[in-house]
Amino acid sequence: MAGASKAVVDSRANLPFVYRQYSPEQLRQVLHKMYLIRRFEEGAEECYMRGLIHGTMHLSIGQEASAMGICMPLAEDDQITSTHRGHGHCIAKGAEVSRMFAEFFGKTTGYCKGRGGSMHIADVAKGNLGANGIVAGGIPIAVGAALSSKMMKTGKVVVSFFGDGANNEGAFHEALNMAAIWKLPVIFVCENNGYGMSTSTARSTAVKNIAERAAAYSMPGVIVNGNIFSEVAEASFKAVERARAGEGPTLIESKTYRHRGHSKSDRNRYRTKEEIEDWMANRDPITLFENELRDFGFIDEQGIEAIRDAVAKEIADGIEFAKASPAPEIATLENYVYTEHA
Amino acid sequence: MDAAVRELSYAQAIQEAMAIAMDMDERVFLMGEDIGVYGGAFQVTGDLVERYGTDRVIDTPISELGGAGVAVGAAVTGMRPIFEFQFSDFATLGMEQIVNQAAKMRFMLGGEVSVPLVMRFPAGSGTGAAAQHSQSLEAWLGHVPGLKVIQPATPHDAKGMLLAAVADPDPVMIFEHKLLYKMKGHVPEGHYTVPIGKAEIRRQGRDLTIVATSIMVQKALDAAATLEGEGIDIEVVDLRTIRPIDRQTVIDSVKKTSRLLCVYEAVKTLGIGAEVSALVAESEAFDYLDAPIVRLGGAETPIPYNPDLEKATVPQVPDIIAAARDLVKGVR
Ligand SMILES: Cc1ncc(C[n+]2csc(CCOP(=O)(O)OP(=O)(O)O)c2C)c(N)n1
Ligand SMILES: [Mg+2]
Repeated sequence: MAGASKAVVDSRANLPFVYRQYSPEQLRQVLHKMYLIRRFEEGAEECYMRGLIHGTMHLSIGQEASAMGICMPLAEDDQITSTHRGHGHCIAKGAEVSRMFAEFFGKTTGYCKGRGGSMHIADVAKGNLGANGIVAGGIPIAVGAALSSKMMKTGKVVVSFFGDGANNEGAFHEALNMAAIWKLPVIFVCENNGYGMSTSTARSTAVKNIAERAAAYSMPGVIVNGNIFSEVAEASFKAVERARAGEGPTLIESKTYRHRGHSKSDRNRYRTKEEIEDWMANRDPITLFENELRDFGFIDEQGIEAIRDAVAKEIADGIEFAKASPAPEIATLENYVYTEHA
Repeated sequence: MDAAVRELSYAQAIQEAMAIAMDMDERVFLMGEDIGVYGGAFQVTGDLVERYGTDRVIDTPISELGGAGVAVGAAVTGMRPIFEFQFSDFATLGMEQIVNQAAKMRFMLGGEVSVPLVMRFPAGSGTGAAAQHSQSLEAWLGHVPGLKVIQPATPHDAKGMLLAAVADPDPVMIFEHKLLYKMKGHVPEGHYTVPIGKAEIRRQGRDLTIVATSIMVQKALDAAATLEGEGIDIEVVDLRTIRPIDRQTVIDSVKKTSRLLCVYEAVKTLGIGAEVSALVAESEAFDYLDAPIVRLGGAETPIPYNPDLEKATVPQVPDIIAAARDLVKGVR
C-alpha cells in the first residue's frame, strides 16, 4: 500500500465501487494492465509502421477501462468471445504480451501459431475463445459456451464483447433471444465507441441506446461510462452475480471511444479532429483511473513511474521474444485444418 | 489526355462504371457498408457520395443478410441496385437472400419478375487479412442456377463487365480480387460493355492452354513470358465468367494446343478447375489431349495469417512455370 495514507484508506466506504470491493494491490494491478494494453497496441502499431507486422490491425486505444472493468469480476476459467478490436480483451483476460506479439509476427510461439494474427488473437487456456473477423460472429458462440456451462454444470460465466455495429446483425438478435429463453449465464457487452467503421450509431441504429435492445429480450439493459473503470466493473460484477445465480443474461452497453482510426487504412473523414482530441484530452480512461488512484491515495507518483517502467520492459521483452521466435515451416501449411489423429 | 491510351486503376474503372450507370439510369443506386464518406473499404466508391448524394450512395448498417434482401426487393420492384459486400467473405451472411431468393425468384414465379441486381465482392488473399477476409468463394455462387458470376481480370473488363451487369435483367455477382484494385490498364472513356459469358484469349500459343481466372490471368501471362524464353509457347485463356461458362473458347483452345492447365486461387477441390477439366474431358477436345489435365489451385486450408504461409497457399508464378514446363515436356 505504498503511498496510501491510512486515513484515506479507512474512509473507503464513501469511494466508488471498485475501491470498496478490491484491494489497493489489485487496483494497482489494474492500472498496470491498462498501461500494458495501451503500450502493447502502441508497440504493435509501431512494428506495423516499420513493416515488421503485416496485414491490418484494429486498435482499442481509448477503450482500456472497458476491457479491464468487464474482466475484473471474472474468474480465470470464465470465458469470453472477443472482436476484431480484441487486444485489450485478450490482455485483460490474462494473456501474455510476448505470445501476442509472436502471433502478430506470424511466429509458431504465437497464441495461434502464426495462423490467426491480430484479428484472431485468442488465449484458450485463459478462457479467451478468440477475437473474430466477423462482426457479431462471437455472440452466438458465447451463448453456446454458456449453454455448455449450464449443461455441464461448470458454473462458468461467459462474456461476449462486441461493438455497436454488431447490434444490427441478425446474429445479435437471435443470440440474445436464445440466451434469454434458456436463462444462460452469459453477459453481452456492447462496447459502443460511437461508430461502426465510418457509420455513427445515429445513422445505423434505430434506438438511441443499444441497451434498449435488452427490453425486447426481457433482460436487464445497463448503460455505463466505459471510460470509468469503476462503473464498468460494478456493472459487470452485478451481471456476473446474476449469471452465476442462474438468473440469466444481461446486456451492458459500455460507452467509450476509439482514439485511433478503425483500422490501418482509415482517414477519419467521418469525425472531426476536435471530437477525437476532446476524448483524448478529457476522457482518457487511463488518465481518469490513474488520477482517481492518486487522489484517493492508492498510489503515488513513484508507484505510477514504477508501473510505467515495468510495462515498458515487458513490451520490449515481448517484441524481442517475438523476433527471436521461429516462423512456421511451409510444410506445415495444412496443419490444424482438421484434428490430428495420434 | 489521349483517349486511346488513358489508364485507370481497376478500382477507378469500377468507380467510373458505376458513375456512368448512375448517369444513364436514375434507377441505379449503390448500397453497402461504409461506401459513402469512407469511400468503401477499398476506396472503390471513393467520392461518389459527394457527386450523387446519400440517396443514391447508401451506407447500410452492418446487416449483410438484411441488406442483401433489401437489394433483392428493390431490384424486383423497379430499381437497379449495385450492392457492395465489404469483403466477399461476408457473402456467407447474405447467402440466404442471394441463393434462395435472388437466384430463384424469377423461376419460382414462373417468369413473372426479374431480379436486375448487381453484387460486388472484393475477394482473395494476399493482404495479410487471414482466414475470414481472404477467401475466394466464387465457385459457391457459380453452383447456383439463376445467378451469373463474373471475375474481371483487367481494368478494361472491370468497367465493361460492370456496365454489362447493370444492363442485365438477372442477378450478376462480380468477384473482384483485392490485389487487382491498384492494377493499371487502358480503360476507354464513356459507355461500353464487355459481354458476360465470353472468355478472352489473352495470349495465343501452340503448346499448352492455361485457363485462368481473375488475378491468375496476369500470373499466367508472366509465366508464359518466362517460358517463351525456353521455347514453350503458351495460350492463356481468361475465363472472365464462371457462370455461364464459355465452353467453346476453352474447347477450341485445347484442340489447338492439346494440353490443359487450369489455374485459380480458390481451394483446388471442387473448384472452377474441376468444371473446366470436366467440360474438356466431356468434349471432342478430349481426343486431342496429349497429356493429363492439370489443375493448380489453392491448398486445402483456410488462408493463414503468416505471410509466407499465405503465399504458399495459392499458386504463384513459379508454380505455374513449373507445372506448365512439366506438362509440355511430358513429365506428367
Ligand atoms: C459480418 C461483417 N461485416 C462487416 C465487416 C467489416 N467490418 C469489420 S469491423 C467493422 C465495424 C464494426 O463496428 P463495431 O461493431 O462498432 O466495432 P468497432 O470497430 O467500433 O470496435 C466492419 C464494418 C466484418 N468484419 N464482418
Ligand atoms: Mg463501434
